[in-house]
Amino acid sequence: MFNEEKLKKIKEGKEKWEKETLPKFQNRPAKFVTVSSKPLKELYSPLDIKDLDYEKDLGFPGEYPYTRGVQGNMYRGRIWTMRQFSGFGTAKETNERYKYLLKHGQTGLSVAFDMPTIMGYDSDHPRSVGEVGRCGVAIDSLADMEILFDGIPLDQVTTSMTINGPASVLWCMYIATAEKQGISSDKIGGTIQNDILKEYIAQKSWIFPPEPSMRLITDIFSFACDHVPRWNTVSISGYHIREAGSTAVQELAFTLADGFAYVEAGIEAGLDVDDFAPRLSFFFNSHIDFFEEIAKYRAARRIWAKRMKEKYGAKDPRSLLLRFHTQTAGCSLTAQQPENNIIRTAYEALSAVLGGTQSLHTNSMDEVLALPTEKAVRIALRTQQIMAYETGVTNTIDPLAGSYFIEALTDEMEAEAEEYFRKIEELGGVLPAIDQGFFQREIADAAFQYQREIEENERIIVGVNEFTIDEPIDTEILKIDPDLERAQCERVQKVRETRDNDLAQRRLEELKKAAQGTDNLIPYMLDAVRAYATEGEIIGMLKEVFGEYKEQPIF
Amino acid sequence: MNKEHKIRVLVAKPGLDGHDRGAKVVARALRDSGMEVVYTGLHQTAEQVVEAAIQEDVDVVGLSILSGAHMTLFPRIRQLLKENNADDIVLIGGGIFPEDDMDELLQKGDAEALFTPGTPTEEIVKWIKDNVKKEGAGTT
Amino acid sequence: MDIVEGLLKGDRRALARAISLVENEDSRKRETLQQIYPHTGNAYIIGFTGSPGSGKSSLVDRIVGIMRGEGKKVGIIAVDPTSPFTGGAILGDRIRMQEHTEDKDVFIRSMGTRGSLGGLSRATRDVVQLMDAFGKDIIIIETVGVGQSEVDIVKNADTTIVVLTPAGGDSVQTIKAGIMEIADIFVINKADLPNADRTRTEVSVMLDLNEKSSWRPPIVQTVTLKNEGTDILWQEVQGHKGYLETEGLLSSLRLARAKRDIEDHIEHLIKSRVWDQVIGTNMFEKAIKQIHNKETDPFSAAQSILERISLDNKD
Repeated sequence: MFNEEKLKKIKEGKEKWEKETLPKFQNRPAKFVTVSSKPLKELYSPLDIKDLDYEKDLGFPGEYPYTRGVQGNMYRGRIWTMRQFSGFGTAKETNERYKYLLKHGQTGLSVAFDMPTIMGYDSDHPRSVGEVGRCGVAIDSLADMEILFDGIPLDQVTTSMTINGPASVLWCMYIATAEKQGISSDKIGGTIQNDILKEYIAQKSWIFPPEPSMRLITDIFSFACDHVPRWNTVSISGYHIREAGSTAVQELAFTLADGFAYVEAGIEAGLDVDDFAPRLSFFFNSHIDFFEEIAKYRAARRIWAKRMKEKYGAKDPRSLLLRFHTQTAGCSLTAQQPENNIIRTAYEALSAVLGGTQSLHTNSMDEVLALPTEKAVRIALRTQQIMAYETGVTNTIDPLAGSYFIEALTDEMEAEAEEYFRKIEELGGVLPAIDQGFFQREIADAAFQYQREIEENERIIVGVNEFTIDEPIDTEILKIDPDLERAQCERVQKVRETRDNDLAQRRLEELKKAAQGTDNLIPYMLDAVRAYATEGEIIGMLKEVFGEYKEQPIF
Repeated sequence: MNKEHKIRVLVAKPGLDGHDRGAKVVARALRDSGMEVVYTGLHQTAEQVVEAAIQEDVDVVGLSILSGAHMTLFPRIRQLLKENNADDIVLIGGGIFPEDDMDELLQKGDAEALFTPGTPTEEIVKWIKDNVKKEGAGTT
Repeated sequence: MDIVEGLLKGDRRALARAISLVENEDSRKRETLQQIYPHTGNAYIIGFTGSPGSGKSSLVDRIVGIMRGEGKKVGIIAVDPTSPFTGGAILGDRIRMQEHTEDKDVFIRSMGTRGSLGGLSRATRDVVQLMDAFGKDIIIIETVGVGQSEVDIVKNADTTIVVLTPAGGDSVQTIKAGIMEIADIFVINKADLPNADRTRTEVSVMLDLNEKSSWRPPIVQTVTLKNEGTDILWQEVQGHKGYLETEGLLSSLRLARAKRDIEDHIEHLIKSRVWDQVIGTNMFEKAIKQIHNKETDPFSAAQSILERISLDNKD
């Protein structure tokens, strides 16, 4: 891209600068590294990107290799979806919060479920005591799902559901709820996270062992292809890997490696890659190191497009698109001086947008302490709206392209990710690597290193180890009414009493038999859900067939 | 030759919460300070935690809870320790605890110390070393 | 609560406390061990060794399930390495035994090696005796799997099981020489991985070359994830036990252990009685200086010191 003569002159100029000008200035006693501890140079110049080929490496938005963006006109055509992750208490409270958010300009829904629902237990199970409705909404049966979306037409809004182990069950409940609203499954749109590989690696809300989990995922791919074509069947996630303590490159590499593993699973299950790949989507973290994140997203798009085309032979251009949702980094927020978190979130949101995200969740300032209050979540939403409508960052596509720094960093991250792909391949692939604790070890080491840096004051966290104040933390926080747990238990018991129990039991038996065979389980699950079998009953029965996963923890 | 009593700590993840980054970082820090750390793994019931505490004869039980279930889990585990004659085991916690919940737990004695986000691991190590008796076993 | 009394009555807290006394070299250690000693000798001891990642803990978890099904009371000692730099340890073996953590008749104790160079804690032998006196029918010892684990385990167990896996460069060629000699049973775990059959063949060939005693170690293939093969392993363990009993080998094993016990204790007593009279004394300091100044040599100095101390019991 650059003239050889010019480059030579620049090189000489830089060397002269380093010898004569730079030494006149004293550096601060700090380490100039990213939040991932990656060292950065003081200056980037054309020399750092002398081999950059515009057509090959960057291209144009909406065209291979998609480095500059997956849509042709990006935010000029459609502003990213403002999708705040939300849910608490019972379906009724969450339904009210959804209506509040939609009223204030949110453009898509995102469901947070409580721990019992995430782990496949009904609210009245002994293991659910004290946990019902605390980190998300409690959903035990189709009855709850109907209340959750009461008054919200499912053909006019898309919904993302953060659910993994029991994703199939909740998805069936959503489909059945739409049916009750008179909407057929080909009209509904949304996403289920359904990324079991990262559960084993980072988030740890697994239920079944890997093999049956992958079978459920490929059943979902296949069913969606025929019946729910607008649905994103997996949200291949890096967010949780990052939250568990990984570096940016690890987040990039491990997420994409998981993605490739799903592609291979789909192909192995006999599907054509173009049948399911267009509906794979991604979910990344946006951490506080501004430029590293932007480079990460651009590298991700390029890596995915290249591999899908060259290794997996995808022909449909939609299979090559890495579409992603972003959430600002929860682990970057502090309990001390919570108002500071508004600012952190704003910077993180900005890098996600400059990185070309399709959809965004901004954290609320009080989320280190509890689930967000209405006021806090409104500010988080406004953060996105101010960015979209006031800052002008939506006017031009991929504005940072061509920056010597950004392009060099994008290349560097791509190369480092490729190193990880090699390592993972050597170990035999993602599942054997998980089994050998490879990812978990990398993450644990990075997490420990980060903590050490903070404690030795090598890394400054405002309000925590520097610029601290002595005041007690005095913020209004959301409290979950403990009585909701009792009410929810009563509700699920009532569902079991008032449904046609013979029908429900029959459907559960049919599902069990199918699980022991090789049929696609989704139709059986839909039947069970329609008969008001509860989530706990369905998962409990599948546990009998599939077994439960046990972890090998790595420190 | 008399060896020094090593402080044994049970780091436990009770309840359904799967976030173990903090628990693991703390476990490592405790090990690096010379303690023996027994890690229970995820998804423990209160009964499993207490049984482990007894069998391993730990000096301290540290609960890592970020799911909001602390007001149920701490009292339950304290109760079970009492019932099993193990009330001398120090019970502490790390995680997300609203201010007034913390006050209540500390006042009632359901927890002896609670560490919230941003606490340096050094502080936790120091607290344990300052608050655990050196002789340990055999004084009942 | 009197610890010994509690232990003999089956109080789990008492057993746990007794183990701590022993591990910490508490002043009450000797008395405690003396009091429980007459109640030992009933438990059967099984050792598991194998490199980290071979799945020892999961295997133990599965086989304990079978033992419990037969009503056996089980004690488990799970050893993890103590850091030589910090003296601390993370003991994570319990995690793989979740099924049994609420079973009152399964007692699991995690121990750090605490400076011992073998794959076991120095206190292991004593802890086995405590669990034996407590009433355990079977005591399982799980080693760290590196270092001199094989040497230590064979001193402590009646049946020693070596766990291998087909993956991760566990090729029998690279396995330390000690393994072939000490294994009473070989397990090839994760046997659903490729190369399981080749590993099996390699072990077989090594056994052919090393044929010594009348017991040829069986090779059992297991897949703990699917709970396959553990029942066969249990049968082989019982087979080995039967063999030891019929050949009168069990009692000779235990005699050898008793011999080692008393040897160790005598050595320990000699050492401590001698050093108590030597360390920090003027005589010792003077001797060091004299050697340094070449006024005498180390051998003569040592002799001279020993002549001035006594081995009598000073307690």
